Amino acid sequence: MTNPDSRTLRVLKEKAHTLRVDCVRMVHQAKSGHIGGSLGLADIFAALFFKILQHDPSNPDWEGRDRFVLSNGHVAPILYASMAHTGYFPVEELMTLRKLNSRLQGHPSRTNLPGIEISTGSLGHGLGVAVGMALAARQKKASHRVYCSIGDGESQEGSIWEAALSAGHHQLDNLTVFMDRNFIQIDGNTEDILTMEPMADKWKAFRWHVIEANGNDFDDIFKAFDMAQNYKGKPSIILFRTKLGFPVSFMDGVSKWHGTPPKDEEAEKALQEIEAYYQGGNKA
Amino acid sequence: MTHYLDKDLFTQVQKKPTRDAFGLATSAMGETDDRIVVLTADVSGSVRANWFADKFPDRFYNMGISEQNMVAVAAGMAREGLLPYVSTFGVFITGRCYDQVRVLLAYSNTNVKLVATHTGVTVGEDGVTHQMLEDVALMQTLPRMRVIVPCDTREAVKALTAVKEMEGPFYIRLGRQSAPLVTSEEAPFEIGKSLMLQDGEDVTVIANGVLVYEALMAAQILAEENISVRVLNMHTVKPLDHEALMAAALETGAFVTAEEHQCLGGLGSAVSVWSTQNKPVPVEMVGMKDQFGQSGKADELLDYYHLRAVDIAQAVRKVLKRK
Repeated sequence: MTNPDSRTLRVLKEKAHTLRVDCVRMVHQAKSGHIGGSLGLADIFAALFFKILQHDPSNPDWEGRDRFVLSNGHVAPILYASMAHTGYFPVEELMTLRKLNSRLQGHPSRTNLPGIEISTGSLGHGLGVAVGMALAARQKKASHRVYCSIGDGESQEGSIWEAALSAGHHQLDNLTVFMDRNFIQIDGNTEDILTMEPMADKWKAFRWHVIEANGNDFDDIFKAFDMAQNYKGKPSIILFRTKLGFPVSFMDGVSKWHGTPPKDEEAEKALQEIEAYYQGGNKA
Repeated sequence: MTHYLDKDLFTQVQKKPTRDAFGLATSAMGETDDRIVVLTADVSGSVRANWFADKFPDRFYNMGISEQNMVAVAAGMAREGLLPYVSTFGVFITGRCYDQVRVLLAYSNTNVKLVATHTGVTVGEDGVTHQMLEDVALMQTLPRMRVIVPCDTREAVKALTAVKEMEGPFYIRLGRQSAPLVTSEEAPFEIGKSLMLQDGEDVTVIANGVLVYEALMAAQILAEENISVRVLNMHTVKPLDHEALMAAALETGAFVTAEEHQCLGGLGSAVSVWSTQNKPVPVEMVGMKDQFGQSGKADELLDYYHLRAVDIAQAVRKVLKRK
């Protein structure tokens, strides 16, 4: 994988913009759901789904695909938007989020939606599943990679550290984990509620290759994933510094936007700011 | 149906720990099915996972003392087409990992076989923290999860082999201590189909696990009182054998359940719920009565908590008065 050329970069910025707009619309219509993390992760997910992951949306079970596990399942809107826009299911279906009989459950459900590797939403589960997939890939001598998204608040769960120990022990260099390090959880700042710093040192101590990057900068995103993929002998974790609700100014650093749906005027204002960000140089 | 029983059962009882079945079955199946992987959490010898590890070191994973991660890893492996048999003590595999079992195995419908050893009071001296008496309750209420409680080592091997052929999550409950070999090698085993070990007309004792042996002994005691007892080995708690229960209700008109587990949420509850909805008959239960165990020898504990043949016989006399 190489860094994107200017044309690819332009396309990715447009995709990230589309994903953000859809996330706001989805959560707004559902009147429930997690908007802040979804917006903050839009650039990473655009890079991942449109460029980095080896996958075939028309054949979700393709054996050679890279596996992706969303351990922080509450940011399902950004996953669903990414899946719809890469062709896993019709884009119109996004507006059924959290509605009765929808395939787009409040948190990802494997048995409802093809392309979801495992049901998540209960925090701390996904990383262990990704470790199991990476061990299985090694045992089957398969060459695909396993990707896993985790949250910083989620990493207060002990099971994350059990999985971290395990991946470090087995030297799973076919595993790339990335953390949404936005410092926000439902009740406030992660460092006020349960101190996580020094985050990088913790993962290093667990025998991981640690990369720190800006999760809202495409150059940094690609550089980080590239470093992770090429590192041998240890699993890699990318600590992506992101902003909750990026680029919506009134969401940044405000924990209420972890899980509160925007009211009509708030959704309108968020969409305006997202549009202004896109037009203001980020169209590239 | 006497050929279903071990030939020495009523003369010289042989004993074997049901946990041996895990080592026996997995190392036999591993020969012909390379999808099988065995995971355990630092209790290889106790659960006999070392028998598999010795033969197939490349397919054995000792996950360390981290049971929640072990269950998550197994789910990931199952998604990749491997067939994980996961084993540790009953308290940890169900209680400690309940959320992982619920979401990653049952809700996600992954092909993982959970095998608990060290269940019930017969774990003995380690006491309450190691005596799992609520696992059947936890597991049978989970949608998609199926629950098997074999009565002896032979039946446990058959159960562990049978679940390989059925997709999706299973919970199989084994014990630590040596338990009587009740069934013969020839006895059939079918998931969801109970085994009638003795026919009778007056009452049906529905038992599983180590209480099957006690149920057969109870039937002997009661035969001397001219009470004719049918004994059903209900090894599969979920799905329950509705057909056998209906026949038993119609033909004997009274039930006694017997299990080494809390009555609430266990086999007794399952049978009672079936009965109230399908064919109401009086039911008495032998099992733990909303209580914890304590340290002691396995045999002492079975006596102390009234899980013996004499206790089943007493429950039969009581239920007959309610017929």
